[in-house]
Order: sequence, then C-alpha cells, then structure tokens
Amino acid sequence: MQQSDGEVRVLSATGVCGSGFKESSLEAGLARRPHFIGCDAGSTDPGPFALGSGQTAFPVRSIKRDLKLMLQAARRAKLPLLIGSAGTAGGAPHLEKFKEITLEIAREENLRFSMALIHSEQHKEYLKKRLHEGRVTPLSPAPEFTDAVIDRAERIVGMMGEEPYLRALQNGAEVVIAGRSSDCAIFAGIPIQMGISPGLAWHAAKILECGAAAAVARPSPDCMFSTFAEDYFDIDALDPELRCTPQSVAAHSLYENSDPYHLVESSGTLDLSTATYVALDGRRVRVRGSRFHPSDKYTIKLEGAECVGYQSIVIGSIRDPYIIGQIDSWIARLTERVKVRTAEVFANDRTASGHVFNVRVYGKDGTMGPLEPVREIRSHELCLVMEVTAATQEIATTIVSLARHQALHLPIPQWGGFITGMACLYSPAYLERGPVYRFCVNHVIEPDDPCEMFPIEYINVG
Amino acid sequence: MTKLGELARLIRSKNAGPFELTFDIMFDAKETFERVRDSKVLTAELIAQIYRLPVKDVRFFVVPEALAFKASIPRPRFQGDLLDSDTHGGQQYAPLIDIEIP
Repeated sequence: MQQSDGEVRVLSATGVCGSGFKESSLEAGLARRPHFIGCDAGSTDPGPFALGSGQTAFPVRSIKRDLKLMLQAARRAKLPLLIGSAGTAGGAPHLEKFKEITLEIAREENLRFSMALIHSEQHKEYLKKRLHEGRVTPLSPAPEFTDAVIDRAERIVGMMGEEPYLRALQNGAEVVIAGRSSDCAIFAGIPIQMGISPGLAWHAAKILECGAAAAVARPSPDCMFSTFAEDYFDIDALDPELRCTPQSVAAHSLYENSDPYHLVESSGTLDLSTATYVALDGRRVRVRGSRFHPSDKYTIKLEGAECVGYQSIVIGSIRDPYIIGQIDSWIARLTERVKVRTAEVFANDRTASGHVFNVRVYGKDGTMGPLEPVREIRSHELCLVMEVTAATQEIATTIVSLARHQALHLPIPQWGGFITGMACLYSPAYLERGPVYRFCVNHVIEPDDPCEMFPIEYINVG
Repeated sequence: MTKLGELARLIRSKNAGPFELTFDIMFDAKETFERVRDSKVLTAELIAQIYRLPVKDVRFFVVPEALAFKASIPRPRFQGDLLDSDTHGGQQYAPLIDIEIP
C-alpha cells in the first residue's frame, strides 16, 4: 500500500483508452506526482456488438497509442497503472486483445513490469447456480433471465468493484488490466485504502473516469487530475486551455446517469445530494460533502449479449412526391409482396420462417419511430433502409434482395405502366452486416466474496 | 412564451445504460433556470405525455447546483434491439426544444 503524504493525487489519462489525450497533459499530470494513473477502457455505449462479437469499439491502433503513452509514463515514474473494462466489454477475447497489445508495447519499448489480468467473463454454470439459489435480482427495466437465456448468451460478464484491483496490487502487480469493471472502481479503491472518505473517493472517481468531460465545453478527450486532502477533493483539468467550474463539475453527475444524486456501486450508493462545489480560481473546483452509504448486500452487475441472427440491408431513396405522399400504404403493400415472394422462393424450406423484415423511413420517423410527434412529411425526399434479420446471412441477403426488386417496381395508382420507384445507393444494393446482437441481461448477482467472480492472472513482462 | 430550446444552454438525451434513456436540460443563467422552474411547465407529467409513458415511469429531477433539469425513462426499445433506431439515445430530445415557457 502506498503512503499518503497528506494528500492523495490521482491522474486519469482520458475517458476511454483509445479516445486520445494530449501528451502534454499527461506530462503535466506526472509532474504533480500522482499516486497512480487510471483509465477506463470500456462502456456499453457502443451497443451490444462489442460484447457479443468479442471485438473492440475503438480501433486497436488508437488503443495502442494511448496505452503506450500510459505504460511509458507509469513505468518511468514507478506508478501503478490501472486499466478497467479492457477492450470495451471486458470479456475474455477483449482482455486477451489488451494483453497482446500490452506485451507488444513492452517488447517494442523495452519495458519490464509485473502485470495482473483480472478476468470478468462468467462461467455459465456459476450463473445458473446463483440463479437457482435466488441470488440473481433484476434491475428495472430488465429482460427475463433464465437458464435458457444463459445458454443462448454469447457472453456474460460481471462488473467488478475495487476489491480485485486492490488484491492485484497487494500481490505486487504494477500494471493491472481488468475485464469489465465499474468505471469508478478503477479510481476509488486506492484513495479509500489510503484513508480518503469513501464519499469523496467515489465522487472524484465518477468525475475522473470520464477524463476531462467535466471541464467546460471540452473540445477533445483529455486527462483529468484530482487531489484529495482532509475533507475535500480538488478537480483540475491538466490542459491549461481547459477549465472546470462549480456548475460544470456538478453537471457532470447528470451525464449518462438516470439519477443525478445517487450512483449505485457494488458495495453501496454514492450520495451527492449534500455535495458542494466551490471555485478555487477560474479553472479549479473544490468539492466537499459527498457521502457513501454502504449497502447490506454486496452485488455485482451482469452484462450479457446474445446473437439474434444475421442481418442484410438495402439503402434506397425516394424522390417521387406521389410515392412519398402514400409512403405508409406503399410500405404495407411492399411488406405483403415480400411475404408472398419469400414464400414462393423458400417453398417448403422452413429456414426463412422467423425472419424479421423492417423498413426504416428517414425523412419521416427514422430516428424516433412511433414516438415521433411530427406526423406529416415535410421533406421532398425520403431515405429507406430495408433490413432483414434471419437465421443465416444467406437467407437475410436473399430476402432483402427480393425486397429490393419488389420495391423498385411496386406500382402506384398515379402512374400507368412499369415504374422504377426507388433509387438504390450501391451495387450490389445489399450490405451484409453479419451477426447482430442484443443485450440480454440487466441483473445483479450476490457473490460470497467480491473477488470470487474475478480470477487474477499474474504475468512478469519483459 | 419562449421555446425551451431558446432558453437552454443545452438540451440532450443519452443512454443511461442499455435500458434507460435520460434527458438533461441545462441553463447558463440562474434567472433563466428559475424562470423555467417557476413556470411549473416542465414536469414528469409533461415528459410522460411527450414520450407516451405512464407518469410513474418518469423520474424527474431539479438540479439547482448544475442549473439543470433531468428526466429519465425506460428506453422505448432496449439499446441495440432489432427495432431500436438510436444506439446512443442521442437524438431523442428534439420534441423538448418546442416546449413553450411563459
């Protein structure tokens, strides 16, 4: 455990590893002698694809750029480096990818360190056991969670708290690469262990995990610095052109949270209702009064994704005002024609049954769907995205291609003769999107121990 | 009457996790924030009406220290589900712009 010199100082490199930061900001942070460097590397924000497919949302090259600068800085200053939610979703393939990138950087830059990899992908038998014990509870709203959902899931991860990080550090790790993690746990564990009150530590962590996002109108992702002392913490963006104000720091608790005053973590709830924000100068803010209420039960949030099929789409557009004027009935007739043609082509072959055909109409209600309050079309042209999701890519492409042809020549009463009523954007008109996924769980699980779901692997690098 | 979009510094929507959608309405000046607050137009009931939900599904917050209002609702479709059309939930705020404030 590190010793506090009256203060605890924390450097956050950026909001997501791979989104970038200024090297000058990282250097400015190092010059202030932080006790550790942390960085979040994941999110559900890009959607279920990353978790389902095992791929990363940010390009590997941009992840490597950020990780290299962080590793070099941490090793040069002999500081622990903590990375959470490796590779966007923190599953086994994501952690493996981060391990590869880290080893590659160490080789290229001649770095030596002891590394801990904290796994967060869950065994299906473990999840079923806890489910049968009644130790899996839905959050609101939540899809149904059963043995069948667990079996179908491509991947389910647990979101770890700070305990596995602290265990890895206790066991001598200098670089900790963690699977799916509470974003805040990356930053809260060490300050709490060094004696900072949990309320302040979790509140600062909530700000730090987003990098410079709490600064006023941050132009691009960057570093953030926090200093804890006695009964407060200060928040300070390292780029001299950035500034934090009491309002910008208070407003940060709104972002991507459903409740601006209460944030639920594994071990309790951060309560910001009594927090106060004071400007130290034009660009630094001092925060006091944040509280943390430990919960009776320790819980780990689960995230899972399942494959719902393979998708093919056709992008087209319509400029004919007569077709635009009857777009709803045009789509209803198209849908009927696609059904008839699919039945003809697939005949007794049942593999196409259960496919989903959907037409999105941009220029009408493509963005908000049934919630769109503007009902009349005010545009002179419409963009259509025809989308088929089916059991295989071949079936999806077949049906969307049938749909393209039906849409091209669908008659309307205003014109006599054979028409071509849709502009196709590409040749071939279809795009194969591959497997598509959905989030299949929004539940918490009660483990016996905060670390039982997160085995740690230790590697001596270099 | 003035439209909320003309009074606010920022109106935004975003996922709060894959299952909830959250709206932030933020102001620059305390007087403007107070004008909107005191008009009592912006309420959970209004959000429920715009997004066609029972009012019990709307969580509504007044956040004076950030000069902001916040509302959170269950996502109309879970993020990334087949018929979802806004992965980040970032473009669902538009109807709030036209709310008339006395």
